[in-house]
Amino acid sequence: MTTLSFPIIRRPMHPTGVWSWITTIDHKRIGILYGVTAFALFILGGIEALLIRTQLIGPDRDFVSAEVFNQLFTMHGTTMIFLAIMPLGAAFFNFVIPLQIGARDVAFPRLNAFSYWTFLAGAIILNASWFLGGAPNAGWFGYAPITGQAFNPGHGIDFWIIGLQVLGIASLAAAFNFIVTIINMRAPGMTWMRLPLFTWMTFITAILLVLAFPVITVALIELMFDRKFGTNFFFTPAGGNPVLWQHLFWVFGHPEVYILILPAMGIVSEVLPTFSKKPLFGYPTVVLAGALIGFMGWMVWSHHMFTVGLGPIANSVFTITTMAIAVPTGIKIFNWLGTIWKGSLDFRTPMLFALGFIVLFTIGGISGVMHSMASSDAQQQDTYFIIAHIHYVLFSGAIMAIMAGIYYWFPKFSGRMYDERMGKMHFVLMFIGQNLAFFPMHFYGLDGMPRRIYTYDADMGWTALNALSTSGAYLIAFSFFIFIFNMVKSWRKGEKAANDPWDGRTLEWSIPSPPPEHNFDEIPTVHDRDDWWARKRGGVKHGVPVSGGSGEGHAIHMPQPSFWPIVVSIGLLVGAFGLIYNVAVAGIGGGIAMVGIYAWAFEPVNEPDEKQPAHH
Amino acid sequence: MAQVTAASHGEHEATTTGLNHRKMLMWAFLGSDCMFFGSLIATYLVYKGKSKAGPFPEDVFSIPVTSVSTFVLLMSSMSMVLAYAALTRGNMKAFRIWLASTVIMGATFLAFQTFEFYEFANHEVVVECNDPDAADWTDLQAKVGSACGSFVAGEETEVTIGEYTVKVFEEDGHAVAETTAGLTPRTNLFGTTFFTLTGFHGAHVTLGVIWLLSLFFFSFRKGGVTPKRNLDVDLAALYWHFVDVVWIVIFTVVYLFGVFQGF
Repeated sequence: MTTLSFPIIRRPMHPTGVWSWITTIDHKRIGILYGVTAFALFILGGIEALLIRTQLIGPDRDFVSAEVFNQLFTMHGTTMIFLAIMPLGAAFFNFVIPLQIGARDVAFPRLNAFSYWTFLAGAIILNASWFLGGAPNAGWFGYAPITGQAFNPGHGIDFWIIGLQVLGIASLAAAFNFIVTIINMRAPGMTWMRLPLFTWMTFITAILLVLAFPVITVALIELMFDRKFGTNFFFTPAGGNPVLWQHLFWVFGHPEVYILILPAMGIVSEVLPTFSKKPLFGYPTVVLAGALIGFMGWMVWSHHMFTVGLGPIANSVFTITTMAIAVPTGIKIFNWLGTIWKGSLDFRTPMLFALGFIVLFTIGGISGVMHSMASSDAQQQDTYFIIAHIHYVLFSGAIMAIMAGIYYWFPKFSGRMYDERMGKMHFVLMFIGQNLAFFPMHFYGLDGMPRRIYTYDADMGWTALNALSTSGAYLIAFSFFIFIFNMVKSWRKGEKAANDPWDGRTLEWSIPSPPPEHNFDEIPTVHDRDDWWARKRGGVKHGVPVSGGSGEGHAIHMPQPSFWPIVVSIGLLVGAFGLIYNVAVAGIGGGIAMVGIYAWAFEPVNEPDEKQPAHH
Repeated sequence: MAQVTAASHGEHEATTTGLNHRKMLMWAFLGSDCMFFGSLIATYLVYKGKSKAGPFPEDVFSIPVTSVSTFVLLMSSMSMVLAYAALTRGNMKAFRIWLASTVIMGATFLAFQTFEFYEFANHEVVVECNDPDAADWTDLQAKVGSACGSFVAGEETEVTIGEYTVKVFEEDGHAVAETTAGLTPRTNLFGTTFFTLTGFHGAHVTLGVIWLLSLFFFSFRKGGVTPKRNLDVDLAALYWHFVDVVWIVIFTVVYLFGVFQGF
């Protein structure tokens, strides 16, 4: 093949240092970048939550103004969903999936780097709004017409629209990448029914992303055109219908809920069997339940709109489908219980978080079934009862599972052990803290306290319970100080981790910690569902244990680093600010992206005439 | 097995399914794009017939004109197939000719669309006051025709009817009423949804034209496009056919259902 690269910039070949991170296309490094960035944004979203809770600690307080309060809850929701939970999931996809399926990287390593840098660009755009005239203030689902130019003339909503569009590009690129990787890069013998559960759930999540994100892309385009060009999509005097926004948003928004929770369910399905020393109970059922959730997630969106007045038929249909979707979720919970039943349980930190997930996610599931009923939901809509529900499924659900995942894979990605005592302390405080914070919300929610109000009257009787919620929020924050301290200290000076500290089941535990750049010296051939486990047991069916990686992979050619992904992302960042402020700047951004795309297309995966860097 | 080239990204890399990574990604992207156009078409249909003021589809659409551009776009799909077939046969000359034809037909479609948008934005309604077929007038034509009552022989009068300023004057011995009823994205829900939907389709075609044009120039570089490395062309062709299929849906749902009532 002739060299077709653009000789604009010399290909970066730094093995270490800042440039090596900027130009890396190694899935493990990108996973770490995703994880660290998303965790920093999680802290930011947490600080926003603490400011909200401080304002609500007592009645009639003016710690923040009503307008700032609106911005805080909007950015708290948007940040936690799009900038924390989704990219924390992406961190695991990146680090774990290629290792679990026995691949050396993802199918499109440069596209993977592009996903990360574009996600970072989206995060920058959204949060830049704080310094450029005020953050978005219309809630995380931005209902029309309050997002219209007439009611919201500032730039906050523009930042929200453009930021989400850029994040959508990042998510779509990542989802395409993982679909192809999981279908097409499995090691020999890794059939669909031998695929680790986390990989399965990631696959379903990626399909949901690919189909759901275009819908919100269109909704955001319509909103942007209404604001920028005076179109009539949600302009009621011309006949525009704000309910259309709700439909488009929730047709995206409900699958999005499963985009957030399915990876969490995948993590728990990895952790529970490992620390129960048993295979996952009912593996095919758990897979099928996940697929069913992914499918039925498309048939329940209007349960977010029960009080809109869609009529008894629509409300009945969506009540029934919503109740039905609890069935596959219940199947999963019973299979997890079946997995730990009579297992020899090892209560390490990841296991504690996974067990905590089951308990608290079930509470969130039960309140979900409560408002699946349209008649009951009418009482709960827009109250703190809903806030209690969403926090039990997304904080006590998704974040607990993500914490389980971080502790579980910490030895693998850092090569060191975390401090078990601090880990357990983190769990206990976080478990107590979140129940203090979120459980009382059920009561003052049912008592009628609406969500999104910046203060309340002393004689409403909500004072004590709100104070309790706030103290719980502080306790959660404190538990995360312990977590951060543990992570930083252990990553730097922790005890060196063995290849397989948990007696794991899946292929990532068969290689060194941290894995070498090429992951596997020899691509393994898979014979069993829990292949690594079977091999260690003298080969239940086949062969003897073989190490996946001894660092001898000197003849392995890995794809080389590249500048172009970050160049395209920078183009998108510049273009996005241009769309908000100045069309000419948008053109410049588009130009930068175009140059990046062409250079990328003509850049070979490996420079044929340069010597390969050694992989030791 | 250490001699295995890891994560090699050549044309013949071993994959689990035997299918090429990039082709699979293209199909996943097209699935995603289906949801994109699906949402835009759904928005169009939700607002169909809900516009509070004209012009309406039957006022502005010219089915014969759009049929021509539709035909051109569909023929470009055929020349794309012929280009790819010529490439796999190793006939580079025929490949370039058919590829260039595809680009030209795509550009022709875009020219038609630009013309159409311009026409709609400056849409003029002219009716003859003593038109024997007045019963077949659209609502907008009838509205303009209602100004005929103020016709004064030999003079030009201006009448305001609703949001339109109608000129009534004599032409070749007939009384004529005329007004400009431009359709823009701001005019009504029809304009909003029509220009957004067809505009995004046009943007897709534009991207396709740039892509095919890049391949055309690239094919003159040594080793740029070869019969063995035909995947680059295959992927562009897949995209091009998809964009054409989307237009078939748009032409049917927006244009044909818009003019021929009863749907």
